[in-house]
Parts: sequence; C-alpha cells; structure tokens
Amino acid sequence: MTTPLAPPPKKNPQKRTVSPTSPPEMRSRASLGLSAAAAEGRFMLQVCGDCRTVQYPPRDACCNCLSVDLPWRDVAPDGELLAETTVRTSTNLYFRERAPWRTGSVRLDAGPTIICHVHGDVAPRSRVVLTNRLDRSGQGVLLALPETRTPNMEDDPQLRAMTSDPKFRRVLITDARNPNAPALALALAEAGASMIFVGLSETWRPDPNIAALEAVPGVEILPLDVTDTASVNELAGEIGGKTDILINNARFIRPGGVLERGDTGFARDEIEVNYLGLMRLAQAFGPGMCSRTADGVNAAVAWVNILSAHALMNSVDYGCFNASNAAALSLSQALRAEFRASGLRLMNVFVGPTEDDWHQPLPPPKVLPDAIARDVVKGLRDGLEDVYCGDVAKDLIERFRAGPKILEREMTGGGA
Amino acid sequence: MSILETLAGALASGAVRVVDLTHTLDPDFPVIVLPPEFGQCARFRMEEVSAYDHRGPAWKWHNISMSEHTGTHFDAPCHWISGRDIPNGAVDEIPVDMFTGPVVVIDCSEGAGRDEDYELTPEVIEAWEARHGRIPAGAWVLMRTDWSKRSGGAYLNMREDGPHSPGPTPEGIRLLVEGRNIRGFGTETVGTDAGQGMHYTPPYPAHYTLHGAGKYGLQCLCNLDQLPPTGAFLLAAPLKIKNGTGSPLRVLALVEGAA
Repeated sequence: MTTPLAPPPKKNPQKRTVSPTSPPEMRSRASLGLSAAAAEGRFMLQVCGDCRTVQYPPRDACCNCLSVDLPWRDVAPDGELLAETTVRTSTNLYFRERAPWRTGSVRLDAGPTIICHVHGDVAPRSRVVLTNRLDRSGQGVLLALPETRTPNMEDDPQLRAMTSDPKFRRVLITDARNPNAPALALALAEAGASMIFVGLSETWRPDPNIAALEAVPGVEILPLDVTDTASVNELAGEIGGKTDILINNARFIRPGGVLERGDTGFARDEIEVNYLGLMRLAQAFGPGMCSRTADGVNAAVAWVNILSAHALMNSVDYGCFNASNAAALSLSQALRAEFRASGLRLMNVFVGPTEDDWHQPLPPPKVLPDAIARDVVKGLRDGLEDVYCGDVAKDLIERFRAGPKILEREMTGGGA
Repeated sequence: MSILETLAGALASGAVRVVDLTHTLDPDFPVIVLPPEFGQCARFRMEEVSAYDHRGPAWKWHNISMSEHTGTHFDAPCHWISGRDIPNGAVDEIPVDMFTGPVVVIDCSEGAGRDEDYELTPEVIEAWEARHGRIPAGAWVLMRTDWSKRSGGAYLNMREDGPHSPGPTPEGIRLLVEGRNIRGFGTETVGTDAGQGMHYTPPYPAHYTLHGAGKYGLQCLCNLDQLPPTGAFLLAAPLKIKNGTGSPLRVLALVEGAA
C-alpha cells in the first residue's frame, strides 16, 4: 500500500522555493491525440480503420497494413505488467528531482505492449489498468494502476505528480454569492483541502450563502470582487502565496439575446465578471501560482474556470451571457499556454443550465450545485483540463464534435 | 470691502469654514440595489492607465467608471418620470445659480437612532420651524439622520422585505415642496426616499414630488452634524453631463463660526 501523505509542515521561510521543472514536452502531431484524450481523462488509442489493429505508440500509418486511417478510439485499458524497473537517477532534471521513479512494460489485452509509468502498488506480473494522464508538461502519458483499489493509492508520488488532488491543498473559491459556492466548499473540504478561502463581493449586501459556507470546516470568507482590480490585487497580496488551487466560479448571468435586450448594460456586467474578472484574477494570482508549482506537498497545482457549456456554441435565450463565456473560454486557452511552462494546470468545467434563479423558466435537466462540486473534485483528482458537467454539456460536446455548423443551426432554430 | 473680499477674508481667518459633505468615491461604497432583473447602478471603479511606468513613464492616471447615481450624488428633475417634461431638467441645463444657496438642516438623528424606518412628517417639520423659524423659499433642506456614520451592511440595511432607512412621508415632502417651495432636499441615506419608500402612495414620494416640481435631490451626504440648523450656505454643482439625470459631486457647505 501507498504511504499516506502527511500534512505538509509549515514552510521554512529561509529556504528558497524550488523552481518548477518540466518532463519532456516534445511530441509528434499524431501523439497529441493522447494528450487530447488525457485532457478529458479518456483512455484512447489509434485504431486502424481498415484492419482494426490498435496502435501504440501513436503514428501516421498502421503498423500492420500501412493504412493512414487511424482515428482515436476509446480502448479497454486492461492489461498485464510484463517487466518493471525503478529509475534512480536521470539526466532529465524533472525526473532526477523526483527519483526513484517506477516504469515498466504493459501488454494490453487489446494488443500493443506499452512502456509506461507504474504506480507503486502494482505487483510484478500482475493485472493492471492503464490510465492516460496529463503530466506537468500537459502531455498525455500512460500510468499503470493496480487492477483493484489499494489504500491511499491517490497519495502515490507518481500519481500525485500528474493530478491536481485537493488533499492538503489550499483553495480559493472566488464567488461566495454563486449558489454553487457552499457545495463546492463542502466537496473540497471532504476531499481533504486544508484551507478554503471564499471571496465575498460587496460585504454591504446580505449573502444567503454565508451561513452554509461558515458551517464548512476550513472555510475563511474574505473580501473579493472580481470586477474591482484593487480588490483582486489586495487579496492576491494577502493569500496569493498560499493559493494552491483557484476555482473561479464568479458569474454574472441574465437572459436575453442581442435584439431582445436592446442595450449593452447587462452585457457589460457579463464581460466585467465573466471575462475581465478571469483576466484580473489571472494577472493577480497567476504569476505567484506559477512560481509555486514545485513547492512540496501543497504546491500550486490547478486553476479552474466554471464556464457555461454554451461557451462552445451559443444559444440565443442567453445569447449575450454565452458570448461572454466564449470570450472567457478563448482567454483560458491563452492562459493555459502561459501557465504551461510552470506545470500549473488549467481546467475548464463546462456546465449546462444550472438549477438557479436565472434558469428557473427552463425545463430540466438542470445541473445541481452538488453535481458541479462533484465534477470539479473528480476533475482535480484526475488532473483534467476539460470537464463536461451534466447531460446538456455532455450532449453539446458530442454534437459539437460531430459537426459544429450543424450544431449551430440546431441551437439557432431549425433543428428537431 | 466688497462682499467677496469680505468672504475671502472670513475664509482665511476661519470665521467662515468649509465643511465637506461628501463621501469618498470608493469601489466598496454601497449603491442602491434594485430587483436583479432591472438595470443596476454601476459601482465606482478605477483602472490604472499608467503609474510612472512603461505604460506612461512620467505620469500616473486612472480611468474611472460609475453611474450618475453612485456615491454622494445629485438628482436632476429628469431622473424621475414625474420630472421628465420639466424644462431644463437635466444636469447640463440647470441654471448654475441653483447649485448654490442657503441650507437648513432638520436634525432627525435622535429619531433615526431609535427607529430605522423613521419618517420625516409635516409635524416634525413644523416642530422644527417652531424653534428655528419658517423654512425660506429657495432653501436646500437636509435631513440629518447620522446614517452616514453607518458602514457595511448597516448602511443599506437590506432585509428580506427590502432596505430599511429613514426618509420623508408623502405629506412631509409635499409640505417642503408645495408649502415652502424649497430648492432641493438632501439625505445621508442612499436615496432621498426612505428605504421602504416604495410602499408609500405615490411610491418613492421624495423622488416623485421633488422632481415633478423641478426640484433637486442630494443623497449619500455626510458630516451634516457639523452644520447649524440654519445659516449655512451650500455649494453643490454636478458635472455638466449632456442630458445627465444626476451626477456624483463634491458637496461643500460654508459655515460661520469656529468648529
């Protein structure tokens, strides 16, 4: 079994913070399919469209029949560990700092034999389940896990290096007023987060969530208004150096499309909160978090945006709000690239219509706060970049992949 | 000596003091909160353009944004539906001599301290007049409640049934406007009306009556406890905003005598 992670001691202020290093990042274009699958936590490999041969490593032509029709498919991840070894030193800085590091070869039941990272609890010559995880370069790598759960298996150093597990980490939730704030705080507390800072805007207004938030162990409510640069900078000055996970749940939403609204009033608020709010948070908290991604057990590890699934494709009933989320999604891609060198992971959680006042006239299914909280924690534990939360979001991404223009036509009327 | 020379001398000697009745424009200062489906009053915001740095090496400046009705502010007649057809009803059209004038202060601080829904009624006004004389036509009337000394949630005092703060009754404001022909009415609260003013007939009687008669409003004032009941002089000039319904402003009072 894995040695359980101990709560980190208080940091020695006389020691220099360890600078982040990265595992090798270069990949062929074909290999990026592995990273794309890992971003969603899927185990996918190329499967030949002609002869059905499962491929590994990723390539441009089938290793059996030379067909170039090699789509990525979900593949059964089961296999057997053939050989394993522990690397005790490396010329690569990242692995040298983290040695010993276990690697091995796994023969997948689906066909190929794969060189991969091996979890500490995998016994020699045993059955394993391969998982596809993003490493700190943001590239998909394969890690063999024991076939059945082992005690404390999340605390395995190799696994934890690839995930954003909240255990013993300090989290900032940016908007106490969002109906999902209490559920998020509770889920993170249950996941072992050591401190949960929750930002509260406009302390001169009552917030119905306060009592529920204060009941969650580890919660500290602090002033934060993402529309106010000075407020964001002030909080970053206070807690930026101990924010390991930032969850941006700030949201301004009103119904209405462009012509229905007839003015830019609410749109300005939507941009201020949903787009510029993210930018202000990133400019204030981002550099500090990026500098602390190798800072021990509670190193900075992830940035989470909770976005509307309609950031992917607009729907006119909330047309202006959706546009602000599309802007935030685009910004998050730039931010992800800027975080890349540090290993700080950016996770977008795409959520369908939520169960709240502003979606009250909409029919179900609607996403409950608990579902958002559960998917955020699961996404962090799996080290994901993209999470689709709720039936609407899952359906939307499938239809988006099948044909964005067809989806646009459906979402703008004219489809069944 | 001319009048103004005398005044300058009095200001220099301290015989006339300048009292600032203005709150600082602060991003965290409360603004009126309407039901969320309505358009909202923008909070004061300030973004740095440069600060002696690569964005502008020798200078510091900010872009600011706010509503016409953010912070200590002036309400013009065209702010309210009752005043929409008043000639010269926008801040850029109001004759500038309207922005200065005598001011009387009705001290309601004791009552407002007891009752957060304290009402300024004709009886209160008449009792004040019995002690200080009739309110002169063309005067600014300020309702002192010491509400400006509240902060945080206690300022708007928002509850499930809306905000609770003092203000005039419909009869009270009608007496001031129709009976005394005042120039304008000012408060320490977030509006000229009581927190529960929507439940009067007409709703929001101060806004309705003042602006319908072409009178002006001032709100979010402070330091009213430094003004005498009568005898002070008010300077309250809003920004010259084209068709503006109001404006944040610096409100000053000239007061005779030592502090």
